[in-house]
Amino acid sequence: MKATVTVMPKQGVLDPQGEAVRQALGALGFDGVAGVRQGKVIELDLADGTTEDTVREMCEALLANTVIESYRIEIG
Amino acid sequence: MKAAVLQFPGSNCDRDLAVALRAAGADVTIVWHKQDGLPAGTDLVAVPGGFSFGDYLRCGAIAARSPICRALVDHAGRGGYVLGVCNGFQVLTETGVLPGALMRNRHLKYICKPVDLTVETTQSAFTASYGQGDTITVPIAHHDGNYFAEDAVLEALRAEDRIAFTYRDNPNGSVADIAGILSNNRRVLGMMPHPERAADPALGGRDGAALFSGLVGQLAEA
Repeated sequence: MKATVTVMPKQGVLDPQGEAVRQALGALGFDGVAGVRQGKVIELDLADGTTEDTVREMCEALLANTVIESYRIEIG
Repeated sequence: MKAAVLQFPGSNCDRDLAVALRAAGADVTIVWHKQDGLPAGTDLVAVPGGFSFGDYLRCGAIAARSPICRALVDHAGRGGYVLGVCNGFQVLTETGVLPGALMRNRHLKYICKPVDLTVETTQSAFTASYGQGDTITVPIAHHDGNYFAEDAVLEALRAEDRIAFTYRDNPNGSVADIAGILSNNRRVLGMMPHPERAADPALGGRDGAALFSGLVGQLAEA
């Protein structure tokens, strides 16, 4: 089974990389990009039967730093 | 006074830290990350700068989950002394021994230059050899030194006099100009600037030497 974890900078935490991407899009002539947030996607190949709770434990223990990042989990 | 300098794949200031500690009189052992215990009688654990595990996932994240860091957390929990410099500071926040996190620098650039720091508190073994409000010049060399903590954490750091050093001219966007912080028992210091790179006149300055001499002196007495 597969799980996909999306890790994003928390709302309210400055995201200088997202802001640099936003400015670069503007420089290329793409108007109207009000905001860009840049995160990361982690794909997990898991033993069948692994629960979402276990994936959440992985997020809390390692995959996300919850001081500055939020995460969401998609199973399958 | 016995110090253990931790070494991870990608550490590159481990020897510098050992040299600075030895010059201050410490008995230093380099400890590989796969060891699950510290040498007997370790007084200070020093976590060096570098790019442990290639900065994969987040700076310091993989190192913070290594066997030796479990021993570090236990050491800190027993009231042991810990110093984390640069990547070492990132490791300490990732272990939870110190609060907050180090994010990408505000202007996204890797910055390597001497900076002026203000000594914000002398109430620790690390900073007791300085004067309150002293300006010291110490190099920084980091891409992810932008300190962040929630407002409640910042209030606690201020109220408990746990901000050790601030930048005179904030280079990286750190909240409240923070360059280094102490744990609530004042025995753990994490800082982005490199005092070990300013511990000998041959390195262009020795403003960092007092941190090591003061620390080793206090721990040797204890």
